[in-house]
Amino acid sequence: MQTRTVEWFIERALFLCAAVSVFTTVGIIGVLAFETAAFLREVPLLSFLFGTEWTPLFANKQFGVLPLVAGTVLVSAIAMVVALPMGLLSAIYLSEYAPSRVRRIVKPVIEVLAGIPTVVYGYFALQFVTPLLQQFFPTLSGFNALSPGIVMGLMILPLVSSLSEDAMQAVPRGLREGAYALGATRMQTSLQVVVPAALSGITAAFILAVSRAVGETMIVAIAAGQQPRLTANPFVPIETMTAYIVQVSLGDTPHGTIEYRTIFAVGMLLFLMTFSLNLVSNWLRDRFREEYA
Amino acid sequence: MNVVTRGMPSLSGLTNRSGTTPVAPDTPVKIDVEGLQFYYGAKQALEDISIRIHANLVTAFIGPSGCGKSTFLRTLNRMNDIIPDTRAEGRVRIDGQDIYGPGVDVVQLRRRVGMVFQKSNPFPKSIFENVAYGLRVNGLARSKAEMAARVEESLKAAAIWEEVKDRLHESALALSGGQQQRLCIARALAIRPEILLMDEPASALDPIATQRIEELIYDLKKNYTIVIVTHNMQQAARVSDHTAFFWLGRLVEYDRTDKIFTAPAEKLTEDYVTGRCG
Repeated sequence: MQTRTVEWFIERALFLCAAVSVFTTVGIIGVLAFETAAFLREVPLLSFLFGTEWTPLFANKQFGVLPLVAGTVLVSAIAMVVALPMGLLSAIYLSEYAPSRVRRIVKPVIEVLAGIPTVVYGYFALQFVTPLLQQFFPTLSGFNALSPGIVMGLMILPLVSSLSEDAMQAVPRGLREGAYALGATRMQTSLQVVVPAALSGITAAFILAVSRAVGETMIVAIAAGQQPRLTANPFVPIETMTAYIVQVSLGDTPHGTIEYRTIFAVGMLLFLMTFSLNLVSNWLRDRFREEYA
Repeated sequence: MNVVTRGMPSLSGLTNRSGTTPVAPDTPVKIDVEGLQFYYGAKQALEDISIRIHANLVTAFIGPSGCGKSTFLRTLNRMNDIIPDTRAEGRVRIDGQDIYGPGVDVVQLRRRVGMVFQKSNPFPKSIFENVAYGLRVNGLARSKAEMAARVEESLKAAAIWEEVKDRLHESALALSGGQQQRLCIARALAIRPEILLMDEPASALDPIATQRIEELIYDLKKNYTIVIVTHNMQQAARVSDHTAFFWLGRLVEYDRTDKIFTAPAEKLTEDYVTGRCG
């Protein structure tokens, strides 16, 4: 009798723990949706999505989100230019070339990169990478998209590398043997057989990494500047969606005003972007699992 | 079609000599193995294997699971090299050249010694590209026309051309298990190896697909030296000229197939082929 009572409490307690995260998610989406709706009553959806000027904090208020989206896309693109080739190559090395002894050492070291707090990366970008890059590009301003982009690339490198390696490890050994048996070299086997066979898993890793880059906040808030600007020039200060949300949250913008509501609208857009990227990534990974189940 | 009656006549006139080779006067020794030891880490998987495998015959390796027959097969094209922490000692000569000797190009070796695996392993590419792959990596076709001709020739040699000629550019993964295995044989034949190693090539196939593979093996020995691992003794009896029986990492007996199955010299062989052990 007593055990049953204990069991009952344990079961309820566990359920509550699980429910908390569900309710939190629902709550966040609810608040985002509610505030976004209030925002959209004052600003038409189309001028929000396609406007090219973002000046909600100025006297002449414009609510075109494109400059923030451009900033986000620019920094993420630079991050991916760094993370994709390096992540893929390190995955190929770890999965196809490294002796197991090397892999046992290198893999955890790479994964340590993922454990560094992003604020450290932010100051690393601002205080080290930017001055370093200025040696080569004197026109580079103190805040810019390039430096946080590169550092963000380093930050998501372990994610790309680790997930791509998992995908390549899941390719059956028989496929590699088939290639070797035909006189293929290790490089031919890796690049022409293993990588194509793992492609959907690798793509899923890439998309997840893009999603991380789009949602990354601290590095860009510290090192990219706070100037919403519709540009593809990585040398000048820009502002990303996440950095804008930080800027407004930290300021003294009164609650309930249109300026305040902008962060929910931007947040909603950001959420939709990362959410759809994650969905695509999961879908690709599931499809991959079926192929070699 | 009964393969046995077609396969047997060529065996007449063979006699056993020294346990390492049944002499076949009309075919030269292709693979000459002497004192081969093989290790997975500290565990010894093959002990002192010596055997002479003759050209243009089918040699079958039989024995219970874990007896080392697959491991031995894979030492013949150094496929075990890709498994970490493995080691081979002794000599394996193919046409007189020691394939474990210094300066041996493994890629060149595998071009000469093709392999078909237990589980069919087509690449996730089109049927055409699967067969063309070996030609591409070895630079064996100088023109598109030559490539197409050799792909067709290989698919015909593997007796699958009629089934796939109208869908060469569809994915190989859409083929049935038996077709995939014949595609893998075509892929191995495309680079024109001298030796074809087959590791239980029909173990995952239904009887009809198995029969087609067996007929194919019989046809292929005109041009290739074939070594086949099988745990199906009827299959060994049907397709092979010589049979080697392995037990716990050792070569117990090697002789003409009819002799192994009707009058083996060793008690252990007799017990195994009659189903009393293993």
